[in-house]
Amino acid sequence: MSRFAFLLRRPFELIPVFLGISLISFVLLQLTPGDPVRLLLGPKASPEAVALVRARYGLDQPVIVQYLYYLKNLAVGDFGQSIAFRSAIGPVLLDRIGPTVYLLVYGLSLSVLMTLGLGVAAARSRGGAVDQVIRLICVVGVGVPSYFVGLLLVLVFSLKFKLFPVSGYDPSPWTNLYHLFLPALTIAVSVTPILTRNFRATLLQQMNAGYAIAALSKGVPERSVFWRHVFWNSLLPTISLFGVVASFLIGGTVVIENVFNIPGLGLLLVRSVLSRDYLVVQGVTLVMGLGIVISNLLIDVLTAALDPRIKT
Amino acid sequence: MRAPLSLKIGLAITLTWVLLAAFAPWLTPWNPTKIDAAQALQPMSAEHLLGTDSVGRDLLARLLYGARIDLLAAVAGVIGPFVLGTTIGLLAGYSGGWLDALLMRILEVTISFPYFVLVIALVSILGPGLKSYIISLTIVNWVTYARLVRAETLVLTGADFILAARVLGFGRLRIMGRHIFPNAIVPSAVFLMTDAVLTIVLGSSLGFLGLGVQPPTPEWGVMIAEGRTYLGSAWWISLCPGIALCSLAFGLSLVADGVAKLLDPEA
Repeated sequence: MSRFAFLLRRPFELIPVFLGISLISFVLLQLTPGDPVRLLLGPKASPEAVALVRARYGLDQPVIVQYLYYLKNLAVGDFGQSIAFRSAIGPVLLDRIGPTVYLLVYGLSLSVLMTLGLGVAAARSRGGAVDQVIRLICVVGVGVPSYFVGLLLVLVFSLKFKLFPVSGYDPSPWTNLYHLFLPALTIAVSVTPILTRNFRATLLQQMNAGYAIAALSKGVPERSVFWRHVFWNSLLPTISLFGVVASFLIGGTVVIENVFNIPGLGLLLVRSVLSRDYLVVQGVTLVMGLGIVISNLLIDVLTAALDPRIKT
Repeated sequence: MRAPLSLKIGLAITLTWVLLAAFAPWLTPWNPTKIDAAQALQPMSAEHLLGTDSVGRDLLARLLYGARIDLLAAVAGVIGPFVLGTTIGLLAGYSGGWLDALLMRILEVTISFPYFVLVIALVSILGPGLKSYIISLTIVNWVTYARLVRAETLVLTGADFILAARVLGFGRLRIMGRHIFPNAIVPSAVFLMTDAVLTIVLGSSLGFLGLGVQPPTPEWGVMIAEGRTYLGSAWWISLCPGIALCSLAFGLSLVADGVAKLLDPEA
């Protein structure tokens, strides 16, 4: 188990990252125009209520103390009050995490399947027609905005062939596999080009590695060298690329939730920006920042589990 | 050194859009923001080559004038981060010490945030529009350039020709500006083209979400959003600007690909 020992150390290493993230969202709030008390209570609040909030959030104190108050409130899950929802923000955020995570995991799973297929196909026909076509798809794919892909899928599969719903979300995880297929596919299409390029390059590099050439010269059939050795060794570098992709993916869900009207964090974020519900914007930003931290942690665990050589 | 084919095709596509944008007033008789309810939702015809949108504006006119906005957003959205990031990367890499440490901490925290979300959060403070889009992008996106330039600067600072310049008694500013800068800038200049593709997609995404360029200004993302309601009946309203956007992004990524190949044929 010693190779997972870093998991005990990691929470401490994450403290500065968390402080950084909370600092960013605190600064965002400081930059927000207008009086923060009025943001919380609206323009018609009584002077008593105003004084109460000032004391509770330490708004009569120096900025650095305000930040400590802010951290203290975060620690107990107090994100403040939403103007639009007329309720505490914490529970609102909690409700929205589920759909976003579902969509992300679903989209990423589809993308992994596509990447494995395309990457292997491209690498096995290196320089051939299949490789060229896949390369072209990847170049085009990077520049196609995901919301446009989503609309095209809706146009073809929902409106034309009536195979999938136009939008919406279903509380049951099983029927959601059907309900969220198009949005998940949209996400997959947006990240697959990046992952495929990388996976293809790694496969080619591993095919020329010493152990592969040694196995080939010993007389091991090419097929089995590829599938038993090269393929598995190429997975790891692509997995570590997920860290970069995670940030891209979370940004992608913001757009796609808005295309398909999925009640996740992304839809909440955009609606809150438009309704000037600043505290909710800040809350969503913080949660998404934490999401990146958690996904990086998961990648570390996965990498350590797959490759005992790696010392984290 | 021969220019790769992809670079030529990419430049041709990009240049075509630049020309279409520049000569928009001569290419279409219609006003891109003039509403004419009687002409709403017209399909493609000789009079309105690409049809009209839900309030009767000519789509071709909006598409051509929109190219001006999207090209401007791409150029302006790339230059800010490039200038700021290059300056910071150069300073951090060459001076080292506490300044480097401080700048790199800021960089790490910014990078750990989902890029698009941070841009949206900043836009929410500054208010939607082209100006706040450029400011937000500069604040968020300088990090990539800074990282590239800093890495190059660190390598170059140890190089013999820099040592020679120092021995000759050149000042810090002169060494940074005349000797390190031109060499350190190559990777970030290559990334500039890739970044233009990402920026054009990002800018139109903001427009699509209602957080970027505001209607009635014709911008492709805004136009795609306006056509969403009519996707079943008048699909061309969303599809035309979408295809325009994809073609421009495709052209730019070919240019990026070609420039990278030209400068580094090994890759």
